[in-house]
This record gives sequence, C-alpha cells and structure tokens, in this order.
Amino acid sequence: MSTTRQPHRDAKADLVVEKVGKTFAGRRALIDVSMTLSPGEISAILGPNGAGKSTLLSILATLSSPTTGHVSWGDTRLVRGSESRRLLGYVGHEPGLYLDLSAFHNLTLFAGLFGLDRATERAQALLDRVGLKDTGVEVPVRTFSRGMMQRLALARALLHEPAILLFDEPSSALDPRGARWLSEELGNERSAGRIVVLVTHDLEAAGALADHTVILRRGRVASDERYSAPPGPDALRSRYAEICGA
Amino acid sequence: MLNAQSTQPSFLSQMIRIAAKDLAIEWRSREILATSAFLAVVIVLIFSFAFVVGGAPPGAPVTAGILWVAIIVSGTVGLGRTFDRERDGEAIRALLLSPAPRAAIYLGKLVATIVLMTIVESIVTVLCALFFNSAAILSNPTVPLLLLLGTVGFAAVGCVFSAALLRAKSRDVLLSTLLYPVVVPILIAGARGTAILLEPTPDLDAALFWTQFLLSVDVIFLVVGFWAFEPVVAGD
Repeated sequence: MSTTRQPHRDAKADLVVEKVGKTFAGRRALIDVSMTLSPGEISAILGPNGAGKSTLLSILATLSSPTTGHVSWGDTRLVRGSESRRLLGYVGHEPGLYLDLSAFHNLTLFAGLFGLDRATERAQALLDRVGLKDTGVEVPVRTFSRGMMQRLALARALLHEPAILLFDEPSSALDPRGARWLSEELGNERSAGRIVVLVTHDLEAAGALADHTVILRRGRVASDERYSAPPGPDALRSRYAEICGA
Repeated sequence: MLNAQSTQPSFLSQMIRIAAKDLAIEWRSREILATSAFLAVVIVLIFSFAFVVGGAPPGAPVTAGILWVAIIVSGTVGLGRTFDRERDGEAIRALLLSPAPRAAIYLGKLVATIVLMTIVESIVTVLCALFFNSAAILSNPTVPLLLLLGTVGFAAVGCVFSAALLRAKSRDVLLSTLLYPVVVPILIAGARGTAILLEPTPDLDAALFWTQFLLSVDVIFLVVGFWAFEPVVAGD
C-alpha cells in the first residue's frame, strides 16, 4: 500500500541534539554534545580541524550513528532509516551528483527515489530556480563549472522540501560570485522556515549569515550562542579567537 | 515551487531506477563494456594461439576453462568500475541519503552488473565456439544457465567488495586479491559443469550436480551480500 506524504517544510519542530558522543576505535570524536537548532535560523557549526564538526554533521545526516545520546526532530528520532532521510537535505563540498548524467536526469533520478510526484515539473522548476534551466537534458554534469555543480547540488537537496538542510563547507571551492549566490540561497531557506545547519571554516560567511553559532573544540561544545541578528565577521572572528586561539 | 507530495516508492521500483541509471550511464560512455569486452576477447585470442595447434581444437575442459577465465577476469575489470559513478562527485552520499533501502541499492547495482557481464559473456561464448570449434557452447541450453548462475554469484560477492573498496586507493589490485579466493568455487563449478556439457556425450547427472552447486553458492553469496552491504557501504 502506498502512503501519500506531505512536505516537511511547514513543520516547525526544533532539531535537538542531546548528549551525543561518538567514539572511533577508542578515540572520542564527540563528547556530550548538546544543542538545539531551530527552524528559520542558520546555525553555523564552527571549530578547528579535528574538533568533530564533520562527525556531528554525519550524525545529523543519519550517515553515522552516535555512540551515546540521540538526535530528534519533534517526536521523530533521527536514526538510520528512510523516514529520517526524508527530513534531510544535504549539500557538501563535493556535489553528490552523478557526473555522467545531465542536471535534469540527476534531479528526476532522485525525485524518483524519493517517490515525489510530478518529478519532471519539479526538476524543471528547480533548474529554473538555480539558474540551470538552459543546460538541457543531454549535457553531463561533468562538464559543469564548480559553481554550476553546487547550484545543482542545492537543487537536489531541495527536491523533497526537507525540513532540515545540512551544508558541509558548501562554498569551499566557489568563486566570490558563487559564494554570494549561495549566501543568498541560505538566507532564502532560512526565510522559508527550514532548519539550516552550516558547517564551515569560513568565519566571514558565518558571521554574515548565522543567527546561531556553535563552536566545537576537541569534541565538546565550547560555545553555543544565539543572536538577534548575525554578529558580523569581525565579532565572530574575535569570539572564535577567544575560544580556539588565533 | 511545487508542493512536494510523495508516495513511498516500492522496493522494486527503487531497485530498477538504480539499475537503469547505471545502464543509462554505461550506454552513454560504454566504458565498462568496451574495456571488459576487449580484455575478454584478448584472453580468448591468446588462449586460441596457445591451444589450437595445427587446426585441432583443444578438449572440452580446456575450452570451458578458457571461457570461464575470460569471464571472471573481464568481470573483475567491470566490477572495479561498478562504484566509480558513486565515488565521482560523492554521489554515494546523495544515494545513501535518499530513502532507497540499502538492499535496493545493492540489488540495483547487482542487476546492472549482471546485465553488462551477460553482454560480454555472449561475445566471449560466440568467440569460444568459433575459435575452439565447439558448437555445443551455443547449442546446449544448459551452458547459458551455468553462465548466468556463475555470473549472479560472482557479481553478488563482487558488488560487496567493490563497495567496500569505494574509497581505497589501490582498489583495482585489492579487488582481484580479495575477490578471486572467494569466487574459486564458482570458477571450479562453472568450468567443470561447462566441460561436462561440451563433451560429445555429456554426463547429465554430473552437470546437474554442478548446476545445483552453483545455485547453492549463489544463494549463500546473495544472503551474505544483503547482510554485508549496509555496514560496508555506510563505513561507520
């Protein structure tokens, strides 16, 4: 029996991370990490290399299971399984696309795997939105520029209207124009009421965008702060330096 | 933006989408088909120069051995590229974040691999029939059955190893090293069963034994494949 599902974008539950720990071969990558990520906010997760940012994002994406603690969205525990995955959209520094397929075929493939109705219309609407309408159905993604790939990656992540959008260093290989476009899109998704989680080293972008910052250090939450307006790059840089050193 | 209503797609439809995607990509590039078919043809040619002396074809066991060696070696080359599409651009992450069950991903990849191997096998079989003057390869209907059973078992375990080596640097070398010891039963059963069928008066009971043996190996490899794929591909 098939079940019709409604999109998650109107749901307003918080994403709650509660005492999450992760151990790899005896090494503790995350220790008692707790935070609340709210809809309509951009939460930037910051920290030096090895602080546990990517491990945390992997747990939020349900690609990895926490050793202790749990992550929940409303009444739903985010665990490995198809139901949890419907809540999530993910954009990494790699595009997460089939490079030998066209932009259109990538989107229709994933729309099919998500069981979305009107896959063709949806794919075309998203290609239009991210400015890739003219790439056609034959041009393989392999021939795209880095910026075009990230645009398509965002379109793929938005296909199923997820409640939670996870970004892992999404602008790391983008030129200034591409990075600016991405910042605007992040802002749009915040306005659409999604939970936007941004893992980044880019303090300038985080300072300009984030309403909520979490700084991880050696696997622990060193700082968890909310702002009425983004703190700005300079303020965030000095806060970061205070906690993590220069 | 359209409202994203969705229905839970069936396991079968997700599996078919993944297999169709692999076949569509291969249809565009013909990369796996071209390389594995070329290798298989070269192997058959080399063996034909070595074993066809003075126009006299080799015996049934030699022909069967050549056929299966060509299939296994060329199949390994194909398997080595099976997850390349997922590794390039980290498509595997997007696939794992889709609601497709891991078993559907595994079976989709498996079906696509079997289809590609079957195309190469059909070329190799015709070549063996021509070079080794063995009409029975084409006329005996049990030969394709043995080949199919061998291919299923080989691809079942091969897809798991290929997924496990997704991020390994020397994956081509490692794949052969890991895979060949495990698929020895398939190679032995396939070669012995085919050799019996190529004899002028085949021992049908013995052929049936090897067919059943291959079927049992397939069941074991498929069960192990289903069980192992999730932890292997998740890499947690």
